[in-house]
Amino acid sequence: MAEFALPRHSKVVKGIDYPLDSDSENTRKVNVYRWSPDDDENPRIDSYTIDLDECGPMVLDALIKIKQEIDSSITFRRSCREGICGSCSMNIDGTNTLACLKSIDDVKGDINIYPLPHMEVVKDLVPDLSQAYAQLTSVKPWLQTDSSPEKGKSRKQSPQEREKIDGLWECVLCFSCTTSCPSYWWNGDKYLGPAVLLQAYRWIADSRDENTDERLDALEDSFKLYRCHTIMNCTKTCPKGLNPAKAIGEIKKLQIERQ
Amino acid sequence: MSNNSVGNEIGKAQDMGSEKHHGVGHWKLQRISAIAMVPLVLWFVPSLLFILMSGYNDSIIWVQNPFNATGLVLLFGTLFFHSALGLQVVIEDYVHLEGLKIISIILIKLLAILLGVLSILCVLKLFL
Repeated sequence: MAEFALPRHSKVVKGIDYPLDSDSENTRKVNVYRWSPDDDENPRIDSYTIDLDECGPMVLDALIKIKQEIDSSITFRRSCREGICGSCSMNIDGTNTLACLKSIDDVKGDINIYPLPHMEVVKDLVPDLSQAYAQLTSVKPWLQTDSSPEKGKSRKQSPQEREKIDGLWECVLCFSCTTSCPSYWWNGDKYLGPAVLLQAYRWIADSRDENTDERLDALEDSFKLYRCHTIMNCTKTCPKGLNPAKAIGEIKKLQIERQ
Repeated sequence: MSNNSVGNEIGKAQDMGSEKHHGVGHWKLQRISAIAMVPLVLWFVPSLLFILMSGYNDSIIWVQNPFNATGLVLLFGTLFFHSALGLQVVIEDYVHLEGLKIISIILIKLLAILLGVLSILCVLKLFL
């Protein structure tokens, strides 16, 4: 049945307070979820007060500053710091987003930072995404063809055909959408989730791909695809402004069309 | 991810594959029956008010009109069909014990058939 009570180790307790040793006026408190697999402690919220005059504009800048100057044990994923790699996805101010694209100015009051919701936590802000990555692999997110392109030439695609994958190819696979989806929370082991379905549609919509029927076959399942109940959290939360709900809708339309 | 099994994430993601040509049917019927309910309910609500305001005999005469009886039979059929489809999805969403899930879905469907047949027979009894 649905689990209504949290497991014992899911109760989040108050952690360590790191006050700011400065008389700066422009400060902000950053509350960060901390959990380590190495001890038997419950997760806790540590609070770091930082001087915004000495910090970059984005939430990721604040996290890097905390790691470099206050507490080097804090753990999070990051790489490109410009919204391309998709590594620093986390729950900031109640919304899943990329820390590098979230401006500190856009958060009112304390900045609350949690890992992506409803995933197993590896440590602190690092969620275990192995299931989501496996689901991505299962939709074969690469070009599949039977024909060969003209020797020495690339496959042709008209500008109109190319337009069809706009709003799809930009996905950086941060899984902010998937982990914001209640349907994925309840049935993530069977439902593919918005990020993976958007990727699946990216190849279905690509005029160069020659495996559309098998792709649609593989998705026609009451759990893999039809657990989407058009809740739209995915589209609301996407830090890249994409619309996974629409992509899923397009897949459902194609399933009807080919019946 | 479950804590009590490790490895072969891709195998788990693929699971038993897709249902192939069954997934879309349920989804489509749920939408079609929902659309069908719109005119039926728009007709039924004022009719219900009329029945409530008129006496017993006038209500019987209303049901004996073939158009009204047809409307009622279609409404009850669609209503219980749509409910069974919708409740099945709710159970699939929230009940994660495989056995309990299958039993619940079967019971929901049997109950919908029971209530549907019963209500349609009631309409026919008044009509005939």
